[in-house]
Amino acid sequence: MTWDANLLWQFDMLILLMMVICAVAALSLKGLVSSAVVTGAYSFFTCLMWTHMMAVDVAFTEAAVGAAVSTVIIVATAQYINPWSKD
Amino acid sequence: MKPFARIILFLCAVMMLTATVDLPDWADPGSPASTHLSPGFIEQGYHETATPNVVTAVLADYRSYDTLFESVVVFAASLVVMLVLRRTSTGTSRIKHFRPKREGRDTILRGAAQSIIPVMQIFALYVLFHGHYSPGGGFQGGVIFGASFILLSLCYSLKFAMQRFKEKMVLICCACGALLYAGIGAVCLAMGWNFLGYAGLAGLLGVTDVMARSHGILAVEAGVGITVMAVMVSLYYDLASGGDMEEGL
Repeated sequence: MTWDANLLWQFDMLILLMMVICAVAALSLKGLVSSAVVTGAYSFFTCLMWTHMMAVDVAFTEAAVGAAVSTVIIVATAQYINPWSKD
Repeated sequence: MKPFARIILFLCAVMMLTATVDLPDWADPGSPASTHLSPGFIEQGYHETATPNVVTAVLADYRSYDTLFESVVVFAASLVVMLVLRRTSTGTSRIKHFRPKREGRDTILRGAAQSIIPVMQIFALYVLFHGHYSPGGGFQGGVIFGASFILLSLCYSLKFAMQRFKEKMVLICCACGALLYAGIGAVCLAMGWNFLGYAGLAGLLGVTDVMARSHGILAVEAGVGITVMAVMVSLYYDLASGGDMEEGL
């Protein structure tokens, strides 16, 4: 199968933009659970990027581990952090 | 301290971006990896292993040691989390948590979980056993299977999930997966081939060397799947309950 990398460069740029937005939002959001969910969204866009690069196996792993399980594990860990602390 | 941290961060970013220029272009046919290794795998992979998905063939056959020790690393991670967090005594020294109180029975959530969990588990098995032909394999299948137990625990309760998949069973699965992988390698060694040289299984299974490599890939993928599934569940049990297995998220 042939694949023209320049065919969908707008799509590429859109994903990149969304990844940057997600990364900034994950750091700047106040709630820990919302940060965790945005991290999951970041993983999802990474997964789209892998798919666009034709690395389907990596994309599949990213979707299963990054977007699903690690988000749950981050939420499970976040419950031990005081949400009202000043830091 | 904050400006200092920012300067360090900025310097790291500049160094990484400078290094990126030296990397080969994306999908560059002239890069060292594409000129020496990849053609061999792509041209010979199917004839040597009877596995159409070349990623699976490389992962579980040509680079089998990597995958073996990856699953051992995952196993070790779950052991470390358990060593740090797990407590048998309850009540006195609980870790302080800030999880919201659960009230009532969320019927819609439970109904949705009830209908989606069997589909998830079937799909996980499909991903595992169809890894020869389509994207996927032991790691992805195991993660999806583990996620189905995590979903059960999230929508019902930790206790409910632990009745279905007991902690002892989780640990046995953790060890058995890695043991299955290493055991296949040891059998190959006993048959007079290299460690993890699956052609050594040909005599036992009564098939050709090529088919033996295909079956060997399937067996080790199953081992990886069992380990990863159990490790995900074990990590969730420990982290969600803070180590006392009383109450989860």
